[in-house]
Amino acid sequence: MKALLKRAGLQGRSVVAAVPYLWLLLFFLIPFVIVLKISFSSSLIAMPPYEPLLHWTGEKVLQIKLNLGNFAFLVEDNLYWKAYLNSIWVASVSTFFCLLLGYPIAYAIARSNPSARNILMLLIVLPFWTSFLLRVYAWIGILKNNGLLNNFLIWIGAIDQPIQMLQTDFAVYVGIVYSYLPFMILPLYANLEKMDLTLLEAAADLGCKPWQGFLKVTLPLSLPGVRAGCLLVFIPAVGEFVIPSLLGDPGMLMIGKVLWTEFFNNRDWPVASAVAIVLLLFLVIPMMYFQRAQDAEAGGVHR
Amino acid sequence: MNQGRNLFRTLVLILGFAFLYIPIVSLIVYSFNSSRLVTVWGGFSTKWYGALLRNDQILNAAMLSLKVAAISATLAVVLGTLAGLVLARFGPFKGRTLLSGLTTAPLVMPEVITGLSLLLLFVTMEQIIGWPAGRGMTTIIISHITLTMAFVTVVVQSRLSQMDDSLEEAAMDLGARPHKVFFLITLPIIAPALMSGWLLAFTLSLDDLVITSFVAGPGSSTLPMVIFSKVRLGVSPDINALATILVAIVAIGVIVAGFTMSRQQKQRERDAQMALAANQQMIESVKKG
Amino acid sequence: MATSPRATQQKFEPWTDPDAKPYVRIEKVTKKFGDFFAVDDVSLSIYKKEIFCLLGASGCGKTTLLRMLAGFERPTSGKIFIDGVDMTSIPPYERPVNMMFQSYAIFPHMTVEQNVAFGLKQERLQKDEIESRVNDMLNLVKLGQFAKRKPHQLSGGQRQRVALARSLVKKPKLLLLDEPLAALDKKLREHTQFELINIKETLGVTFVVVTHDQEEAMTLSTRIGLMNHGEIVQVGTPSEIYEYPSSRFVSEFIGSVNMFEGRLVEDEPSYVRIGCDDLEAPIYVDHGVSSAPGATIWAAIRPEKITISREKPDATDNWTAAVVQDIAYMGDMSIYLLRLDSGKVVRVTQPNIYRHADDRITWDERVFLQWYPESPVVVTK
Repeated sequence: MKALLKRAGLQGRSVVAAVPYLWLLLFFLIPFVIVLKISFSSSLIAMPPYEPLLHWTGEKVLQIKLNLGNFAFLVEDNLYWKAYLNSIWVASVSTFFCLLLGYPIAYAIARSNPSARNILMLLIVLPFWTSFLLRVYAWIGILKNNGLLNNFLIWIGAIDQPIQMLQTDFAVYVGIVYSYLPFMILPLYANLEKMDLTLLEAAADLGCKPWQGFLKVTLPLSLPGVRAGCLLVFIPAVGEFVIPSLLGDPGMLMIGKVLWTEFFNNRDWPVASAVAIVLLLFLVIPMMYFQRAQDAEAGGVHR
Repeated sequence: MNQGRNLFRTLVLILGFAFLYIPIVSLIVYSFNSSRLVTVWGGFSTKWYGALLRNDQILNAAMLSLKVAAISATLAVVLGTLAGLVLARFGPFKGRTLLSGLTTAPLVMPEVITGLSLLLLFVTMEQIIGWPAGRGMTTIIISHITLTMAFVTVVVQSRLSQMDDSLEEAAMDLGARPHKVFFLITLPIIAPALMSGWLLAFTLSLDDLVITSFVAGPGSSTLPMVIFSKVRLGVSPDINALATILVAIVAIGVIVAGFTMSRQQKQRERDAQMALAANQQMIESVKKG
Repeated sequence: MATSPRATQQKFEPWTDPDAKPYVRIEKVTKKFGDFFAVDDVSLSIYKKEIFCLLGASGCGKTTLLRMLAGFERPTSGKIFIDGVDMTSIPPYERPVNMMFQSYAIFPHMTVEQNVAFGLKQERLQKDEIESRVNDMLNLVKLGQFAKRKPHQLSGGQRQRVALARSLVKKPKLLLLDEPLAALDKKLREHTQFELINIKETLGVTFVVVTHDQEEAMTLSTRIGLMNHGEIVQVGTPSEIYEYPSSRFVSEFIGSVNMFEGRLVEDEPSYVRIGCDDLEAPIYVDHGVSSAPGATIWAAIRPEKITISREKPDATDNWTAAVVQDIAYMGDMSIYLLRLDSGKVVRVTQPNIYRHADDRITWDERVFLQWYPESPVVVTK
């Protein structure tokens, strides 16, 4: 097929490839170059609010002014370090709980009878089709002091004073786990569902107890699904903005929020760019890992 | 023991779905609450729906969001299909790794980064070539296409890799040139995947807050932006009403889709029986000679 | 396999006629995937109206060769001519060649009729011509009543016929079939084999068939090209390949065989004697052999060409003693596994002529094996 297309119309083929390619280069790759560039310039009160990097001086000299100050600023001010580390911590904890919750659900669905599976999976992705923002908003009503959960706990007598749940780290964890759970379940389910169940029968036949069969057969075989699910939750959670700003403590340091504040409130575009570049550096390794996993999944297609 | 496992499964599913659906149900229930205090029940009322319908800011934002979503989903399907085709069918070529990286990265890229970088691109472009002049619907649409085409690409690519590529070879063998093969064979066969890709792109576009906030100009607030600015200040019952309407639309869509699917399923069963009967006829004709 | 369909036909052997022009010529074709030689310097001549089978194990290069005939792969080097025209760089949609795919590749979104008409529509023929040709073809493959059905409403055998009709309706000069019968069950397969031959006779098309099934190749083809590791190892009629294999590989690939290693002890133009350590008497073959003296050679003897008896033969050559190790009763015949004194196990098949024979040779009996001087085939590689 490929050799064919090569012959059949190199031109047609190049056009087909060029359109999405150029689009992504222009609107996805080049923007990062610009972010990198602006992260080296200094802030100005103007529009756009930064100084150009290249400068033609009168004597036909091209002057390049690299301002490393933004990055120095990120290193010196430990607010940024704390925000980065805290974001990674929050994302890790949330990913862990997503896995803890998502694995049994994916497993239970994958082992249900085939006619029920599709309906159950539909129910898992269904919330995803309604607004993410509104689903996070719903948790405000549940977690606040006179909210559903506190009222319920008081009603059953577990507590007699409302507990502060909204605007805590706990609320952020709940929000992230809740919002990203389908992204954990989907790859896990896809993996568990295609597993050959006779492997478990073989293991049982060879003397494995059911829990041993799970630990020695099911779990190792599902690791690619675990990996994909964890990356799908972890990477976007690190830069999450909406959940911590709606559910978290206003002073909570999350890097997505910091970037947003630098950009919208302080109007310091160069620092916001530097924050983005450093965040990207943190995420580049997990992202490449994810890309490789995706490619492996799509692989084996080509002759 | 088997029963114990069944019980465990059922329990897991009940708890899991409770976690997923209680927030949504609570939104719906409180949208009919007459009290402004959302979580304190003050009697049944539909007044917040009335308030919603009189809120021009929300209605205008909703109109803008729908328009943006429809346009960007359509273009994202075109671009995503091309990208999926290139990745699934063109075999290894120079730059394939970069393309596949560029299509998967937006799936996981934190939105604050994508949003910031797109805005800086638009500002730079305006400085250099004077386009796009200012920010508004155009810049929002371009950004949403970039975000959502990644999802379409994944859907199309996986559908194409399941498709038997000897179908395309057969068409070519019968005299169809490559572009005809695409329009007569490939496209009709992957059409359902394109449909779900479109719906996915539409939903994502309708839902996006962060990227949109970066690239939207003054006066071009989308629905999520308006909702965010309201709920930031706390709960507000007309937002519950809005959420209920959205959920109702999705639910209706799902019921309709489920209904057609079950009808197709029945049709398929009938067809399978027909094939079985056909097989019988075949065997008899073979016996006859 | 009971009756060969060709038995009723006239003798058809254009390859023995020095004046006949080959219809398909494959000249020194090589196809490399990376460093791997999928097809290695293959030359073949195929004549008009032949059913030529490319036979071989999976991965031997037969499918790649077929795909080069169709135009889906381009040879790394070498040329392909069809009816005198160089086809090497012609794309598939411009070749007078059609293919029936192993998966049948029936377009799922089109009816039977639309599938068959697809190729004709690409030629932009008149509507009524398309219609009449599609109808004729559907009637030929006995699918007339299924014209309006969608593929998923058909059985496997019917899908195979749709695929066949679709590739034949364009009246190709060459029809390529990739494992055409592999997906059918046994009964249907046998029937379809004969039908394919009849269709070939009716339409006068030349067939090239790829298969891994030797039985299919034997019944279907006029000639077989046996492939191994990207090379053609022998070309010949089914009986030539079976009775006159050119190498140990060929004789072992087709049917089963007993292979005796030995060396020439007498080398005359009209006969040879081969000394073999496994046997008690030398092997006598009634024709000369071209081999270097002293070199190792092999004598291949088919199981059905050996007889078993209780009496010791009164001959100097072509016999040996053996002990019955195992017997498999197959109904029409029995397979005997016999152990020679050297430990080598020999396979012999005997037709079960009598319904019950009380005196049948049985387990652990010591017996004698014997064969005719024309039975062994001597191979040197």
